[in-house]
Amino acid sequence: MKGRVLVVDDDTALAEMLGIVLRGEGFEPSFVADGDKALAAFRETKPDLVLLDQMLPGRDGIEVCRLIRAESGVPIVMLTAKSDTVDVVVGLESGADDYIVKPFKPKELVARIRARLRRSEEPAPEQLTIGDLVIDVAGHSVKRDGQSIALTPLEFDLLVALARKPWQVFTREVLLEQVWGYRHAADTRLVNVHVQRLRSKVERDPERPEIVVTVRGVGYKAGPS
Amino acid sequence: MSRDSAAPPSQEQGNGAGRPVGRTDRGPGLGWLRESRRVLQGGVPSSPFLRLFARWVRRPLLPAVRLWRRSIQLKVVVTTLLMSLGVVLLLGFVVIGQVRNGLLDAKQRAAQSQARGGFQVAQDKADTASARSAQDGGVADGRTQNATVWMSDLVEQLSSGGQSAFDVVALSADALDDTGSIRGPRASGGVVPVQSVPVDLRRAVDETAGSPGGLYQSYTRITYASQASQPGLVIGKRLNDPNGDAYQLYYLFPLTQEEKSLTLIKTTLATAGLFVVVLLGAIAWVVVRQVVTPVRMAAGIAERLSAGRLQERMKVTGEDDIARLGEAFNKMAQNLQLKIQQLEDLSRMQRRFVSDVSHELRTPLTTVRMAADVIHEAREDFDPVTARSAELLADQLDRFESLLADLLEISRFDAGAAALEAEPTDLRDVVRRVVGGAELLAERKGTRIRILGDEQPVVAEVDPRRVERVLRNLVVNAVEHGEGRDVVVRLASAGGAVAVAVRDYGVGLKPGEATRVFSRFWRADPARARTTGGTGLGLSIALEDARLHGGWLQAWGEPGGGSQFRLTVPRTADEPLRGSPIPLEPADSRRNQGAQEVEQKPVRPVAPAPRTDVATTVLHAPGVGLARLSAAGRAAGSEEGADRCRLPSRAAPRPVVDPTALPGSGSRVVARSGSAEGSREHVVDGTAPVASGAAPGGRADERTEGTARAGREGEGGLRGE
Repeated sequence: MKGRVLVVDDDTALAEMLGIVLRGEGFEPSFVADGDKALAAFRETKPDLVLLDQMLPGRDGIEVCRLIRAESGVPIVMLTAKSDTVDVVVGLESGADDYIVKPFKPKELVARIRARLRRSEEPAPEQLTIGDLVIDVAGHSVKRDGQSIALTPLEFDLLVALARKPWQVFTREVLLEQVWGYRHAADTRLVNVHVQRLRSKVERDPERPEIVVTVRGVGYKAGPS
Repeated sequence: MSRDSAAPPSQEQGNGAGRPVGRTDRGPGLGWLRESRRVLQGGVPSSPFLRLFARWVRRPLLPAVRLWRRSIQLKVVVTTLLMSLGVVLLLGFVVIGQVRNGLLDAKQRAAQSQARGGFQVAQDKADTASARSAQDGGVADGRTQNATVWMSDLVEQLSSGGQSAFDVVALSADALDDTGSIRGPRASGGVVPVQSVPVDLRRAVDETAGSPGGLYQSYTRITYASQASQPGLVIGKRLNDPNGDAYQLYYLFPLTQEEKSLTLIKTTLATAGLFVVVLLGAIAWVVVRQVVTPVRMAAGIAERLSAGRLQERMKVTGEDDIARLGEAFNKMAQNLQLKIQQLEDLSRMQRRFVSDVSHELRTPLTTVRMAADVIHEAREDFDPVTARSAELLADQLDRFESLLADLLEISRFDAGAAALEAEPTDLRDVVRRVVGGAELLAERKGTRIRILGDEQPVVAEVDPRRVERVLRNLVVNAVEHGEGRDVVVRLASAGGAVAVAVRDYGVGLKPGEATRVFSRFWRADPARARTTGGTGLGLSIALEDARLHGGWLQAWGEPGGGSQFRLTVPRTADEPLRGSPIPLEPADSRRNQGAQEVEQKPVRPVAPAPRTDVATTVLHAPGVGLARLSAAGRAAGSEEGADRCRLPSRAAPRPVVDPTALPGSGSRVVARSGSAEGSREHVVDGTAPVASGAAPGGRADERTEGTARAGREGEGGLRGE
């Protein structure tokens, strides 16, 4: 099973503890303590998931996240000590798929990591359309007029979840469960930020979305195809 | 002629002149008639027509009046103009008077000396003529008869030296009879002699008959035969002609020149005065402007300062008072800015500190947490003591974590760093999530959680995370203290507010606790062991969350009768709350149930009996509370609600209404009669709607609560539940 996890954290004790927990769960952790070296380590180890502390010496977590996201769609989970909206949103906007606020329980962490890695299971061949987009679920590609649009796995999952049931309005909580794998309701800001990131990639005019439509007071739905 | 309003109408109509005041109009037509008549007659001031007229007159003046009230500059300029005008006028009159006097004095002196000389000449001539006639003897008669000729000669001769500077008039001595006299009046220079010399003067001259030599003068208008009359000075003397007969000789000095000079001076003065007034006005305008401009500037800048533009400053030039005002103002503004900046810095520092502490504490805590969990997982391999220790470690870490989280949250509120992220949210979803989350705990406690009022969407602009936190807190509290009995979560929306009330039937609250439950680290019973972890900050945070929404979080409870916590938030953010759709005291409280029982008994007299088993009378704004209450009952849509609707209408004389359910319950008068001892107490309560220990009226509120509780305790005994 794929389970290489790159832990980017400057706190050696926490990193070690994370290592113990991850190994205990069958993952292969590798560590880097410095933000400046994180990218090199990422290229070297080619992990399946990155655990990234938001506050790092050298380049901070946000910057590292942005750099990794620039060259890869690998799932990134932020470890943050700040739960203020500003901090969370900044982290998510830099490209993180999920975040987890310290202090967290090991089970919670593992659940999040598994939820991010879960999608590696082979999907059935499926062709979806949403608006003027064509989604090849198995091929993991989104195309508009033959031009493919690069999405991260999470954004892709979000789009697919909406496109599979175009008649349904998804509340943020439902999306959290389907896309992020949360059992209990968590932070709906995750959804808001990622919907915006998704829109910036797939919409012709992100100001007037046609693919992912907001249903005020309820949630989101797929636009008419 | 106005008569008392009680005058009979027949008399009014009979007496045409009588004008009634018109308040006892028997019919609209008649009244109108009277009104119009009154106006035609000039009317009384209270007449609406007159008032209308007065308004009509005043209306165009209003802007001017407003300008007058608002503008110092206008006031000063107008006052200066008026006062300088007065001064100039006064000055002008004085100056003109003095100049006139001076001119006339000079003229008078010149005229007198001239006249005196002339009179001397005339006297000499008469003397020589009479002496000659005395020498000649016989011829004297013929000469005497020629006195008229002599006089004509004399007048001609005297006036010839004057070159129209004066004229000479000779009149006969017997003053007022000129017409018949042989010696008719003589005058030079076309002067009409009789009219030019005033009668009074002639009389006065005549009176000096005995002692010649007195000079008399008077101002008069000199009348000319050929030209317009002129003001002039007349000097007269009684003289004797050669025959020894008395006659009056007058010198007439026209004052044309003087008048011209005076007119010139007058016009000069008037022009100068006008200029002075105008210039003074202009000067006042400029001067006041110099003072007013900085004042206006200061006012404008003060306004901008108060609007938050703290960097605004006055321009200061020079070292005068205005400059000092400006400097003082700027200093004030600077100090203000400094203080505000300090506060902002402090707040920022606090926030930074909280954030840093949070990070610094959280990272090692995470490690400890994970380590403890790993140990906890492996506890089965340990000996019992170590295993138990591992359990304790994990449990207490949980508590420590939540305490840290709550502390950080509350310090965020204290630092003012909490931000509301409101979005339209259906509170039913939030409530269902919360109830779902508390299901596990409820099962353990054997409690059933019911949700009422969730038939229709209850949408409000709220921060769902915060509201969920508040409700989770309330529901978990209710389950924990509910002693296994049902917990009812009720939703309602009415007017501009939505409310969620969480009702439990557990131990309830003691008197005064309803406000104290929101205090930090407050515990209902310090002696009681805490079975479930709680930080003691939950309700404080909940209260802050409610406040952040502009909402209320209030508690009600009775000992042994359970409690109800009510969260009320405005439907749209930033809208002030006026009331809550759910009464704070539930309809099934012991007190209300007691009231219901009373209602079922035979009807009593309306007057409140001194001893009643239901010890509550609530006075309030009539109608409003009842309407609101019944609306709330309907909104609640439950049996209890229906009961509540019915209750007040039947119990109208003694309505039992939850005082806090009244709209704007900020101030209420609660008169309660008959506690357990049958004593009567009146409590005037002016608390803020949000029950909190920090509220200024906290004591008063506690007192109310205490009284209410005392009453309820009494009821409890009576009802014997």
